[in-house]
Amino acid sequence: MTAPLLSVKNLTIDYIGEEKDFRAVDNVSFDVAPGEVFGLAGESGCGKSTIAFAISRLHKPPALIRRESTILLNGRNVLDLDDKALRDFRWREVAMVFQSAMNSLNPVLRIEQQFYDVLKTHKGMSRAEARDRTAEMLKLVDIAPDRMRNYPHQFSGGMRQRIVIAICLALDPRLVVMDEPTTALDVVVQREILQRINELRRKLGFAVLFITHDLGLMVQFCDRIGIMLGGKLVEQGTADAIYRTPEHDYTKKLWASFPSLHGGVLR
Amino acid sequence: MSATSAPILTLDKISKTFGGGPGAVHAARSISFSLHAGRALAVVGESGSGKTTCARIAMREYEPSEGRLLFKGKPVDTAGSREIADYRRSVQMIFQDPFASLNPAHTIAYHLKRPLMLHRPELKGAAIGEEITALLRQVKLDPDIVAPKYPHELSGGQRQRVNIARALAAKPEVIVADEPTSMLDVSVRLGVLNLLSEMKREMNLGLLYITHDIATARYVAEDIAVMYAGQIVEWGNTGKVIDNPAHPYTKLLLSAVPDPDIRFDDPKAQVSTSEADETRRRSAATQETIREVEPDHFVRAA
Ligand SMILES: Nc1ncnc2c1ncn2[C@@H]1O[C@H](COP(=O)(O)OP(=O)(O)OP(=O)(O)O)[C@@H](O)[C@H]1O
Ligand SMILES: Nc1ncnc2c1ncn2[C@@H]1O[C@H](COP(=O)(O)OP(=O)(O)OP(=O)(O)O)[C@@H](O)[C@H]1O
Ligand SMILES: [Mg+2]
Ligand SMILES: [Mg+2]
Repeated sequence: MTAPLLSVKNLTIDYIGEEKDFRAVDNVSFDVAPGEVFGLAGESGCGKSTIAFAISRLHKPPALIRRESTILLNGRNVLDLDDKALRDFRWREVAMVFQSAMNSLNPVLRIEQQFYDVLKTHKGMSRAEARDRTAEMLKLVDIAPDRMRNYPHQFSGGMRQRIVIAICLALDPRLVVMDEPTTALDVVVQREILQRINELRRKLGFAVLFITHDLGLMVQFCDRIGIMLGGKLVEQGTADAIYRTPEHDYTKKLWASFPSLHGGVLR
Repeated sequence: MSATSAPILTLDKISKTFGGGPGAVHAARSISFSLHAGRALAVVGESGSGKTTCARIAMREYEPSEGRLLFKGKPVDTAGSREIADYRRSVQMIFQDPFASLNPAHTIAYHLKRPLMLHRPELKGAAIGEEITALLRQVKLDPDIVAPKYPHELSGGQRQRVNIARALAAKPEVIVADEPTSMLDVSVRLGVLNLLSEMKREMNLGLLYITHDIATARYVAEDIAVMYAGQIVEWGNTGKVIDNPAHPYTKLLLSAVPDPDIRFDDPKAQVSTSEADETRRRSAATQETIREVEPDHFVRAA
């Protein structure tokens, strides 16, 4: 295996409470290779989003990352970055897409302006350069470039989510963290978006950390998968192994709770 | 839809339009279906296709813009007050959000006592407590433990079981369940769906099961109706519709259901955005023509 792009080691995160602390992430370690899609699955509250926020350095108090934890991106510890390094790191190295990201677009700004703000801040692009890049990125997500003149409300939810993804990819990040990016969308739109991201990562080479509670979807999209339970990573393996030869009882239990389309419960 | 018994509840060519002029939303367009004792009808379709609108019309929360609601063959809008009271008791709803639908200030016992007093005035004194115990047992909760608890002391799956018990308290003939498991953890979803299927069989209930998860529809319902943009585009026996879809939107929906046996990298599995857009465009038009694909399986032209 090539050197990992992302290497999470002994990650432990507590939410500091008035009386006692709550361990949301408990000694979690995993690697993501360049260009790889790695999935984190598990039920509500198991710590998936807490990990996603820590990797993007977007965690806030009361979340406290314990000292023994390291998150290496290209060999550099993300947890040691100062403010200036962090500004570069965000967007250029790691971009994050949330479940409600489609609502994160500014409703009073044209799409073009929202791309420009990011491209100017992080790459110092001129208006004309930014416009070209915007057109290129919109095409990537199947949106006609001339629609950059429109406002967010003129697009459907699925299109807005694709626009957010296009903005995230505009700075060529090495890692895209996606926390339930399509849960609010219907299955057809979900498939269109994830298929597109799959093509783009093959073409552009970025890696994806993909978070969902839908194991079937996860197996379709991911190269490798980690299963979380109560803050711990209880099993990790290739998508095929997690699907066909799960080892942990909890993984088996998760599978047993999915009805399949063509009769009965999965296996 | 084929069934031997007479229908309990029927939506007969019901339309519902919100607003007027060019911005009007046709949330339901000429919707017809019936609910029968001991059978479940699943209504599936994407977000905004009109599923909840159908449920609200069945619950008489919305007045239809056109068409009629029939209860045991009689139009509800001309019914007298006794028949309306009978309807209120007979048709019960289970909501999507098991958290919001229970009052945090009251115990579980209280949540069950209220519908018993409202709909079952024949129950008096100790009989009420016994019925609460029986209802909780029916939904597989331990009455001694759960009855005195408050909603926040229960898990999502347990709360949804309480909601089911509360609906059963009225001794209903029909249950309308709008996305009853979409806010629950995956590992408890099947338990709740199994419970609903069991209630349907054992208490001979008619069940309207609304979901966007077509895989669970097969698990719960004999009959299915696929909605798109306010119309039912395909309906019939659940197995027949899922295994032999005829409408382009049903095909598109089925092809996009997450399936661990198909990798996104597999070119055969690709959903094309331009084809999907074309299917959505075609499926949105109002269509009167209906074709029988096979016995107990119908499709609207597109
Ligand atoms: N700000 C906070 N303060 C205290 N506890 C928190 C806080 N945020 C999250 N937690 C707790 O940490 C645990 C992990 O939460 P997290 O949001 O990471 O879960 P998740 O796996 O993303 O769940 P979901 O699938 O519901 O999004 C949960 O038990 C949650 O209640
Ligand atoms: N009270 C209302 N006023 C105006 N428009 C409404 C109202 N209720 C629903 N609509 C609109 O009617 C359409 C159908 O909505 P409905 O809630 O029935 O969809 P749904 O199939 O239940 O969707 P979901 O899967 O998201 O719950 C939507 O376009 C919705 O915005
Ligand atoms: Mg989360
Ligand atoms: Mg709804």
